[in-house]
Amino acid sequence: MNFEWSGVWDAMPTMLDGLLVALAATGIGYVIALVLGLVFAFLRRSDNRWVSMPVGFLVEFIRSTPLLVQLFFFFYVLPLIGISASPLATGAFALGLHYATYTSEVYRSGIDGVPPGQWEAATALNLSTRRTWTNVILPQAIPRVVPALGNYVIAMFKDTPQLLAITVVEMLGGAIAIGSETFRYSEPIAAAGLVYLVVALLMAWVARVVERRYGQVRV
Amino acid sequence: MSEPYSSPSSDVMIQFDRVVKKFGDHVVLRELDFSVKPGEFVTLIGPSGSGKTTILRLLMTLETADDGTIQVGGEYLSHMERGGKLVPADERHLRNQRKRIGMVFQQFNLFPNMKVLQNVTEAPVRALGLSKAEAEQRARELLEMVGLSDKIDAHPMQLSGGQQQRVAIARALAMRPQVLLLDEVTSALDPELVAGVLAVLKEIARTTDITFLCVTHEMQFAQDVSDRVMMFDQGQVIEDAPPEQLFTQPAHERTRSFLHAVIDRAV
Repeated sequence: MNFEWSGVWDAMPTMLDGLLVALAATGIGYVIALVLGLVFAFLRRSDNRWVSMPVGFLVEFIRSTPLLVQLFFFFYVLPLIGISASPLATGAFALGLHYATYTSEVYRSGIDGVPPGQWEAATALNLSTRRTWTNVILPQAIPRVVPALGNYVIAMFKDTPQLLAITVVEMLGGAIAIGSETFRYSEPIAAAGLVYLVVALLMAWVARVVERRYGQVRV
Repeated sequence: MSEPYSSPSSDVMIQFDRVVKKFGDHVVLRELDFSVKPGEFVTLIGPSGSGKTTILRLLMTLETADDGTIQVGGEYLSHMERGGKLVPADERHLRNQRKRIGMVFQQFNLFPNMKVLQNVTEAPVRALGLSKAEAEQRARELLEMVGLSDKIDAHPMQLSGGQQQRVAIARALAMRPQVLLLDEVTSALDPELVAGVLAVLKEIARTTDITFLCVTHEMQFAQDVSDRVMMFDQGQVIEDAPPEQLFTQPAHERTRSFLHAVIDRAV
């Protein structure tokens, strides 16, 4: 077997196109995961069992089925119910929904980590439920979970090759396309792996910076 | 709840009528009756687990009684009248009732995500609708009164326990409560910080007409500041007397042995 580094280099323009797609899917998906995860966490805490139980079931259901299955499901089911979305949008949504079930657990642990005395003080000071959440509980809960939330953005980025299954061509897809034309797969796939590695490491570094800046209750 | 309840009356500030509170099978309060007059300083003493703190938590609506009623200032606290019947209060009623009641906690419970000044202004702005300027002026006055003018921009975690507790007192007072509940407010403090907090409380008791209900193990403080001391054991008030009488000539054997134990421990 001979491995030509020039083949890795030649694949880079395609890789950068694919990187943009992967970053778009990660970015959109991450925003969905952050917002929807918080919504799930709220609804699961609801006193109304008709709200908390179905949401809890939905979260467990999504978390216990493979992302790949969900990608196919949305890809084929959304058009049937009249929603036409591009494969990239469908993929980003599925990715975000899947990871929202993880972030909701992260939020839950952060919320549970706020001492009961904080809720009691808020009650004693007659703050409304909404104010208690926005001004007392979440500002303490979220800094605790910034590190865990940061890890998920990297995990999502590394899951983007699965979007290939629904025709979204990111880096791995680009590499396979090159391979099918040149009959040399190892170099472009190595290029894809290399770009994933570099970008994931960069993301980890950014996550640490964010964590240092916001990842604790400043005292 | 079979017998009729006494009608609300306003010459009592706090009225417990046959209040029952259970945690599982454990009965904490057994048909507890007592009342406190406006402006009175009443201290609850008694062994740990006798239900003293539960009384304060019921008044702050942090717990709900299993039976009986509580009135504050002649109004039902966690019940309301609907078609001649008493029904459990809704959130709106509870928020109205809580306006008149403040609480200082053993563990201070300051908001660590806010600086000292904002800890004191947050609730007046958000729950009373004061303007930011009004709330800040009130907060500065109160922080000066508790001797912490120089800590306005500090974060709670930068303060000693005694300073944190004095901020918590200012925070409670900023809501202008008619009733202030003090839940073992010096129990979590290092011994040398206790006196400063108690001095602040004595001053407030002397200069305001706030009604105090206080749970404490500081017997000297209880003796100095209370109008009345209630000895509490097994979910009931077993002795209720002015401090000079209760501390020097306790009528009840249980009170005597409790005071012996507490005072021996202190020495």
